[in-house]
Amino acid sequence: MSMTGIYLSIAIALGGALFLNRNQAIRRLLVVCFTLLQVGFTVYSFLHPGASGEAFFRADALGLLMLGVLTIISIPAVIHSEIYLSNPRETNRTRAIYCAALILLITAMGAACLSSHIAVTWIFVELTTLSASALIYHHRNERSLEGTWKYVFLCAISVTFIFIGILFLSLALRQTGTTDLSYEQLMLHASALDPSWLKLAFLFIFTGFTAKMGLVPMYTAGIDAKDKAPAPAGALFSSVLMNMGFVGIFRIYEVTAQTSILPWANTVMVISAILSIFVATVYMMRVTNFKRMLGYSSIEHMGLVILGLTAGGVGYYAAILHLVLHSFVKSSLFFQFNQVYQTYQSKSLPDTGFYFRYNLAGALVVLTGYFFATAIPPSGLFVSEWMIFRALFEGHHLLLLLVVMILLTTIIWAFGRSIFAMLFAAPPQEFDASRVVRIHPLHSLSQYLLLALSVVLGLFPPDSLVALIQEAVQSLPL
Amino acid sequence: MVHVLLILFTITLLYLSIASRLLTYLKILAFQGVLLFGLAFIELREVSTLNLVFILLETIIFKALAVPIFINYIIRRNHITRESEPFLPNFVSLIVVTGIILTAIMMSHSVQDELLEKSTFIVALSTVFTGMYIIATRKKVITHVMGYMVLENGVFILSLAVGNEMPMLLNLGIMLDIFASVFILGIFVNKIGDVLKGVDVDQLKNLKD
Repeated sequence: MSMTGIYLSIAIALGGALFLNRNQAIRRLLVVCFTLLQVGFTVYSFLHPGASGEAFFRADALGLLMLGVLTIISIPAVIHSEIYLSNPRETNRTRAIYCAALILLITAMGAACLSSHIAVTWIFVELTTLSASALIYHHRNERSLEGTWKYVFLCAISVTFIFIGILFLSLALRQTGTTDLSYEQLMLHASALDPSWLKLAFLFIFTGFTAKMGLVPMYTAGIDAKDKAPAPAGALFSSVLMNMGFVGIFRIYEVTAQTSILPWANTVMVISAILSIFVATVYMMRVTNFKRMLGYSSIEHMGLVILGLTAGGVGYYAAILHLVLHSFVKSSLFFQFNQVYQTYQSKSLPDTGFYFRYNLAGALVVLTGYFFATAIPPSGLFVSEWMIFRALFEGHHLLLLLVVMILLTTIIWAFGRSIFAMLFAAPPQEFDASRVVRIHPLHSLSQYLLLALSVVLGLFPPDSLVALIQEAVQSLPL
Repeated sequence: MVHVLLILFTITLLYLSIASRLLTYLKILAFQGVLLFGLAFIELREVSTLNLVFILLETIIFKALAVPIFINYIIRRNHITRESEPFLPNFVSLIVVTGIILTAIMMSHSVQDELLEKSTFIVALSTVFTGMYIIATRKKVITHVMGYMVLENGVFILSLAVGNEMPMLLNLGIMLDIFASVFILGIFVNKIGDVLKGVDVDQLKNLKD
């Protein structure tokens, strides 16, 4: 049995045990076991890149990179879930379902990034919908039901779209004489694929994956999901789940890039990206819910990533670097959210104020997180965003660059207005400061580490990271 | 024979666009299931018997019987009113669905592929987009579910086009259909029916900015 197979079966067994178990000590033990398994598997994959003997999985550069990011973020996600579940309102049953769903989600995302066959990716994408919906429905009230229903329904449609795309892809493949839909074979036969079928396939697969990645047209359900799910799960939704959507799009883009329809595909992606940034800007200006605001900020960044990918040249490298760094910054902001909620008992921004007074360590995370998420130096995102702009400039997309810069400036202003009001303005009159619970500064430690990681990786990228990213984009035309 | 079935299927789409009662929708869904079985039986000559039995189960038992009966049960249990309550008048819907079919025909002409049976492709695409149209223009959540079932039927027809060469894809599509339908209907019957009594999309409007 291959290593990935062993990992998947142990992870699923752990998930099943967690689902059935009601004992708190055993639950913690199982979660720790899973975290160790996840770390061990990641280390093994890094030591054996591109290991042979796997039927449907291959640890290529992009898959490894995303698996690494996933594992790094899943450790604080597990810790913060534990803090979240210590609330006496939770019962043993809700804790069991939450942990099982979390583990299934992490496993499915890792497997989807590593899979080397488009149908296998598709199956694991479907599994992420299943596990994510259990997390969104965690509170079991009317609002979370609405969020779950919208997420499930939209994801069901998006997964159907991806399947239609796969069918068209198999039609495009017919003349080449092979029926193997693995990415390797697709790349090999890319030039012989029928262009008109490939166009349809690309369109449907891209549209389908926008639901996971968070782009126009299917971004809406993701926002509701991040809003209604517990914040540690929201941190995964707004970072690694979006990365998984990107991996799905990137794999088909790689194939498309070898054919004559590349300019057409780029146009489609640019339209989607620019509309995503526009939608994010519009909502950032009027949204009052902290979590939804973070969700819209993620949509803006995904738009930038796609723009970098379409710009070509240095943009390829920048797009993937941006994706990695964004995951760390955005997840740390989401991890911070529960402390804000504990202080104000509300996620509405007008209910907050003087946050520095109540939680110094947490307020610093919010402030730094804001600067980093808007790519203000010394944020690592500044480096990748600057490279994306350079790629757009070198590709002579000046008008596009101008529009994006205006939109981004508006986002910096809108985002900042809300964050500064929360940190420095007075809270509403009804707010009772004596009821605020003290939060231990150590609860903010993981956020500082993630933010620091994003700076280090952005400003002083280690050679191994640069090599991995360059290997991931090497098949794309210059 | 295939053409008769395909034309009948297209007629069900037009009928669906002007149907105003939920029961009519269910009957059409069941009829589509039977038509799909006929199509699969004729088109798939090269698949194994076991696979054919699986497809028979999917189309006749699942699509034509289980899903309509189950949705009917949900409608009765939750006392959902019988009208489909479209946002647009039926006449407009008829025009739009006709437009969808015409667009699919024009699209099929732009594809240069002699291996492809164009009529299958046309019906599949029109079914997918009619499903989307029903989801977008009907008020009740249960009608959205039925629109999704129509969309899935379109995907099934499309997967028949490659079914002989890649039976794996056909089976995957069936798995998707069963999994997604059970998942969606399961949430519906267990949760939505209990929490939200009237089951209008109007009640699903709390999450917004």
